[in-house]
Amino acid sequence: MRLRPKGERRRSPSIPLWRDIRVLRVASQILFLAAIAAGVWWLMNNLTTNLEESGLSIGFRFLKDTAGFPISEGIPYEPTDANGYAFLVGVVNTVRVAVIGIILATIIGTFVGIARLSGNWLVRKLASLYVETVRNIPLLVQLFFWYFAVMLTALPLVQDAIRLPGPIYLSRRGLYLPWPQMTAAFGTWSWFLLGGGGLAVAIYLLRRMQLRRADRPGFPLGWALLALLATAVAGWFLAPGNPLVLDVPVLKRFNFEGGMWLSTSFSALVIGLATYTGAFIAEIVRAGIVAVGKPQNEAAKALGLRRSLVLRLVVLPQALRVIIPPLTSQYLNLTKNSSLAILIGYYDLVNVGTTIFNQTGRAVEMILLIMGSYLTMSLLTSLMMNWYNRRIRLVER
Amino acid sequence: MRRILLAAGLLALMIPVVAVGQTTLETILARGRLVCGVNNALPGFGFLDAATGEFAGFDIDYGKAIAAAIGLDDIEYVPLTAGERLTALQTGRIDVLIRNTTWTLTRDSKELGLDFCPTTFYDGQGFIVRKADNIQSIMDLDGATVCVTSGTTTEGNLADAFRLNGLTLNTQVFAETEAAFGAYDAGACDCYTSDKSQLASLRTTATNPDDHTILPDTISKEPLGPLVRHGDDEWFDIVKWVVFATFFAEEHGITQANVAGFTSDNPEIRRFLGLEGGMGAKLGLDEDWAVRVIAAVGNYGEIYERHLGPAGLDIPRAGSLNDLYIDGGLIYCPAWR
Repeated sequence: MRLRPKGERRRSPSIPLWRDIRVLRVASQILFLAAIAAGVWWLMNNLTTNLEESGLSIGFRFLKDTAGFPISEGIPYEPTDANGYAFLVGVVNTVRVAVIGIILATIIGTFVGIARLSGNWLVRKLASLYVETVRNIPLLVQLFFWYFAVMLTALPLVQDAIRLPGPIYLSRRGLYLPWPQMTAAFGTWSWFLLGGGGLAVAIYLLRRMQLRRADRPGFPLGWALLALLATAVAGWFLAPGNPLVLDVPVLKRFNFEGGMWLSTSFSALVIGLATYTGAFIAEIVRAGIVAVGKPQNEAAKALGLRRSLVLRLVVLPQALRVIIPPLTSQYLNLTKNSSLAILIGYYDLVNVGTTIFNQTGRAVEMILLIMGSYLTMSLLTSLMMNWYNRRIRLVER
Repeated sequence: MRRILLAAGLLALMIPVVAVGQTTLETILARGRLVCGVNNALPGFGFLDAATGEFAGFDIDYGKAIAAAIGLDDIEYVPLTAGERLTALQTGRIDVLIRNTTWTLTRDSKELGLDFCPTTFYDGQGFIVRKADNIQSIMDLDGATVCVTSGTTTEGNLADAFRLNGLTLNTQVFAETEAAFGAYDAGACDCYTSDKSQLASLRTTATNPDDHTILPDTISKEPLGPLVRHGDDEWFDIVKWVVFATFFAEEHGITQANVAGFTSDNPEIRRFLGLEGGMGAKLGLDEDWAVRVIAAVGNYGEIYERHLGPAGLDIPRAGSLNDLYIDGGLIYCPAWR
């Protein structure tokens, strides 16, 4: 018997190369990759050739030019700022809608999902009615409904705004709230906040170590938060003058001025997105709960747990594993659906992006930027949700 | 694997190959149909008439005029939003854009790849406000919220005008004119701004048209006219001279009714009618192209009267920039020789 030298593939001479399964596997993958590469190259080539033919070129220098158009909502901005900064204002506005929308949609979805399985006939039916109505009407129609039919019809004109305690004013222009504003003394106070924050982190780490060592369950955040609060309060009185004053909205000739403003468009968009996505999340939550087998439920009840405790301690932690992956998709959908904002006059990134490309004519570049922004936001959301998903994975003991 | 490759191949075949080396006119004639980018929601200029189910308006008539000049009667109107219109022309989706589009340097430059034909309507940006608010001029608009349609020169003009006068500006931008004006009508804004001709048109769609008034201020120059793609001069010339033909006919009293048997000893008019001079051949058209244009839509005055006169939007013409140059306006046709 001849010894084979190390490393030589064992291949029976009777099988030719083109029928060897291992060779074919590798070859097919290479071919597939080549096909994709060719496709991408062909599309890019198509774009550049067509642009060249019409005498257009791609460049991003226009982002440094003065924007020259107003944006009334979001982080501080002047029409004299650059196009790039204007776009950033839009991106921040989109993130604002997405984050608030996701939080609201999750709350609505969880409650309605649980209500769908309630023992109470009325609650169960109402929850199904909500899910089936909202889920089956296009989002665009719902946004128009919230904006034009609800907000711009039911709410009073700005001159006859509803005054709520605070004072908070509600009208067709939106919601005006009193909002704290920094004064000169804020600088001093911020040092106290910083110190308090450092102290809180130190206490938190210390407490956590202690609890670990004692192998005791506990809530290490409590003391830390107390320390932060104490320093903040102490700093408030030690600072020269009030670090924050309340800026109260006052009705001027046309609008309220001062305070915090949440526009009608913003509210309509958030409510529309949250109720729409909430309906889908409700179904996902319901599916997750149903997926936890009946025996788990019955076993928990047999231990004498209340229904709310059964849900909180036994069913939901297990259901979460089924819920998280489809939930991630819903979060991504909500973020992307917020691009309908322009139809009800909210300054999201598509709204600002469209304005920029109309002022500068740079359509291809702006579409690339808009696509890139959504892609980045979606990938970040996925990343976070995947991390959470790994954390709550079933750990076999 | 084989199936995937096959699918990829089929997909590649479905994407049309861009035609190279054909002029716009050749493409249109081969297709047998003129494709016009228009507005479908601006009564008077371009809108879908609910009664007849057909497009009608001032801009639409210029589409008909161009089609008549090149001897076609098949026109496809592509309704476009303000945001889509330039891209639609750049990419060749449409042959000519006649959608109340303002002539600006940026849009005319090689960078955007567009060319502007003569202005058919001189407009200016104005403001519509509620009478009850007691606003007399733009100076009273300090701190007001203004509704605007996205994708127009309007946004930039608005910011400039407020900055120039040191006024505080709040805006709300919408993709669709109907939504933007609807929001103003419902009280979400104090004011809606656009070209004055548009304001006149939109006011008729308000819940109570009489509650609204258009301010006398005009904050911008808005010369509106047809656009073509940059680079095809033959097609550019044709569209340009179709517009001039409607001006020429009004200058010389040639109307839709009398053009058929029109005779004159004036050599310039004879050249216009195609009786001498070979003007058609110079544009790559036949000799009675201008006669067909006037027979189809009439002269400039007739087109104006039909859509913007007292029977239509009622935008006064006498003494405005849209009057003939002999009456103090800017409507002027170069020499027909």
